[in-house]
Order: sequence, then structure tokens, then C-alpha cells
Amino acid sequence: MAQVEIRDVRHAYSTKAGPLPVLDGLELSVPEGDFCAVVGPSGCGKSTLTRLVAGLMKPDEGEVWLHGELVKGPRKTVGMAFQNPVLLEWRTILDNVILPLEIVAPSMPRKDRVARAMELLDMVGLSGFENKRPSELSGGMRQRASLCRAIVHKPDVLIMDEPFGALDAFTREDLWQTMRALRQAEPFTALLITHDLRESVYLGDQVVVLSGRPARTQYVLDVTLPADRPLDILYTQEVGEMLHVLRDQIKIAQGRPVEGAA
Amino acid sequence: MSERVRQIIVPILAILIFLAGWEALVWINGWPNYVMASPSDLPAAYSRFADLFLIGAWQTLWRTVLGLLIAVFAGLALGMLMGFSRTMRDALYPLLVGFNAIPKATLVPVLALLFIGQHDFNTVMMAFLISFFPIAVSISVGLSTLEPEYRDILRALGASRMTIFMKIALPKTLPEFFGALKVSVTLAFIGTNLVEIVSPHGRGLGALFLSGQTNSNYPLMFAVLIALALLGIVLYYAVVALEKIFAGWAERQES
Repeated sequence: MAQVEIRDVRHAYSTKAGPLPVLDGLELSVPEGDFCAVVGPSGCGKSTLTRLVAGLMKPDEGEVWLHGELVKGPRKTVGMAFQNPVLLEWRTILDNVILPLEIVAPSMPRKDRVARAMELLDMVGLSGFENKRPSELSGGMRQRASLCRAIVHKPDVLIMDEPFGALDAFTREDLWQTMRALRQAEPFTALLITHDLRESVYLGDQVVVLSGRPARTQYVLDVTLPADRPLDILYTQEVGEMLHVLRDQIKIAQGRPVEGAA
Repeated sequence: MSERVRQIIVPILAILIFLAGWEALVWINGWPNYVMASPSDLPAAYSRFADLFLIGAWQTLWRTVLGLLIAVFAGLALGMLMGFSRTMRDALYPLLVGFNAIPKATLVPVLALLFIGQHDFNTVMMAFLISFFPIAVSISVGLSTLEPEYRDILRALGASRMTIFMKIALPKTLPEFFGALKVSVTLAFIGTNLVEIVSPHGRGLGALFLSGQTNSNYPLMFAVLIALALLGIVLYYAVVALEKIFAGWAERQES
């Protein structure tokens, strides 16, 4: 059974100049435990997609299913991470990570919450920083803490909206590896919105290319790479060909001519 | 010199220099007491009217603090209304700005007529009326400019509006709130004194000031002014202490 299923979703925002359609016939299916990366031109409605899956808004038409249930509103079984780590400055890193547990598992003893948070902080290399404030950490470390917070309550689905977008290239690669390590330690289904094609291939089991606005599913690439992926894999010919295909698809989505095409 | 000692000595030194300058100004100009009192005249005034100062200071203080507390609750409520609802914001802003623009001295007779003889009530009311505006505005701006992502991390988990307010919106607004409270505490103080001086009813430091004026006791009047300044400093730093406790996280560590 697919964990995330999006069926023919259409959505428009109302603006002064009339309705602005952003999604038009979006189809998406992510099997349980799979990692789905979504790429597309800027402003094509990718962030709207995350809000729909999270139940923060309802589509005008079509259906979003999570774990065999129709999404009608927010649910405790999703985790979210954004480009901005949105850590709460008045809380320590530890208490930031614990935050979702306060909502999802109010009766869980503090001791167990701390143990769970520490386990994750340790996994992303932040043990020793749990009592620091977010302002004392670097951008990459803050994003690591944000990822821990997104999965601390063991969500079925992790929804990420360009979480690595604001990081420098080296930090970003570090976080890709952290992401893969996290998934190996605790399997979850993931939906990642990104602008970075290499990132989409390195992390994804499938890469979905959205067309320009209004977005529909234009192309789906199955990433046929082994689960164990060293960073070097990005420099293999196999990945090179995948990136080439994706790049051409993005050009089509942007309505620009594909290089080398007649 | 340690940082702590420096923090105490520097302001005290500044005050002493100010007093010395004042003393020198009066001395150089040869002003008699009935033109302008000098700092050296004040101790005598304080010791002579010590009881009246203590009673007056207490009356001024409790009415200011009570008015400010009401302003905090009312400002919080109004700020929440305007912060969460666009309609309320559009409706209330012009009203509040207009009300804030009215010189509060003109309201003293209005209050005095509305609640004849209710001196404590009138004074508290004025302290409240003059000081709630900054608090309401700061809370409303803080809430309405909250980045949607902050709300979404809890909303996506099905948290209630109240939970989101308590766990995210309120603490995130605290630095702005305390910034406003520092303005409000001074305003509330002015409100209390305004009523005490403009609508005389024999209570508070304002009344003591008036009796100094009636008896042409200039040292007494200046002694009241200095006492008011001291009370103002105490109230202000009480707010700073609260800010350190509740919003100390917003202060950047100096490196």
C-alpha cells in the first residue's frame, strides 16, 4: 500500500487578478518507506504540495491519502522541516527537539522524551550541544536539530521543503549523508521538495518532475541505485545520465528548448 | 575592575557628576532658594517631611503599579484580538491611535466628573489609560508578523490555537512586549502624577509637590521631583529584571 497517494489534485489561489491555478492534475504515489524527491521550476506550487500533504490546507479538487486514510486536516503522524530551521530561540536544542512530543505524547515522562531526543541528537552528531541555544549553533547544526525535531515522534511521513537550500555546498553534502543514515536507523516515508537535482538523485528512490505553473506531474524517474550510497556515486556515469534526463525535463517544464534536440 | 563593579560604579558616577553640575549652576548664578533649589537643600527637605514622603511615595507607587498591571492585561487582550484577526486590527487601530493622540491631561476632569470622589480609582484608571497602548501594539505586531512556519510546525501535529499561542506565539513576542513595557511603566507613572497634580485630592507625591508650591517651599518641590525620578528608576529596573528572567534568551551574548 502506498504511504502517500495524491490523486488528480487541483488547487488555485484567489488573487486580485482572479484565481491563480497552482496545481493542475497532480499525481504522486510514494510506497511505504520510500523517499520521493520533487523537483520543478521555481514557483510551480511545490510548497503548496507540502502543505496539502501535511493537511494544513485542502485541495480544491482531488484527494490526498496518507497511509490509506483520506487527509482531512492535520494529523500527528507527519513531521515537517523547512528551509528555515524555525527553532525556538528561547528553548535549548534538547527542548526544541522534544517539542512535538509535548503535543503528540503529552503523557510521556520527561525522562523518556529526553532519552528519545538524545538518541537522535547523537545520530546527527549533536550530542554535547543539547543544552545550547539555537543562536549558538551554525546553520548546518541548526538544520540537523530541525531534522531531529521533525522525526522525534516517529512520524509515518517526513515532509521537507528545501531543508538544505540555505546551506553551503559542503554542509549540504554532509547533511545528505546524515539524512541517509537517519533513514537507515529509523525507516520513514519521505517527501522532499528541492531545487538541487544532485540532491534529488542522491537521496531519492524516485524523483518527480513537476511542470511549470500550474503544476502537474510531468515525469517520474526511478532512481536505480543501491541503498548504500557513498557520495562518490554522484560522479558515476549512471548518475550522470539520470541528471541529464532530469535537466532536460526541467527545461521542458520551464518551456525552454532542450539542448541537442532537433 | 570587574564587569559587575563597573556596571554599578559608572551610573553612580554619572549621577554624582549631574548633581555636582546642578549645585555649581545654582552657586555660580547666585540663585536664591525661591528661584531654584540646589541639591544641598534637599536632605533638609527629606528629613523634615520624611513621613509625608514615605506615605506619598507608597500611594504613588501602588496606584502606578496597579494601573500598569491592568494595562498589561488589557493590552495583552487587545493585542491578541488585533494580532489574530485582521478584521479586528482594521477596526481597532484607528480608534486606538486616535485615543492615544488625546492629551491625557484633558481626560482628568472627565474622569473626575464621571467618578466623583473616587480618587484612587481615577488615578489607577489614568495610569492604565495612558500606558496600555504600547503594549497592545507590540503584542499585535508580534503576533501578526509571526512567520507561518513557526505556526505550521505545531499546526501540522494538530495542536490547538491555544497551544500554539502558549508554546510559540507568546514566548516569541515577549522581547517586543518587554520593550513596550519599559515605555509603558514610565507612562503609567506620568499618568498617576498627572491626576495627583491636576486633580488635587491630597494623596501621593503629586500632592506633596502641590503643597510645596502653595507654601513656596522650593526645596520641597525639587525634593519631590527627585523622589519621583528615583521611583521611576526603581520601576524601570524592576521591568528590566523581569525581562532578564522571562526574555533573557533574546539578549545576544557579547563575544
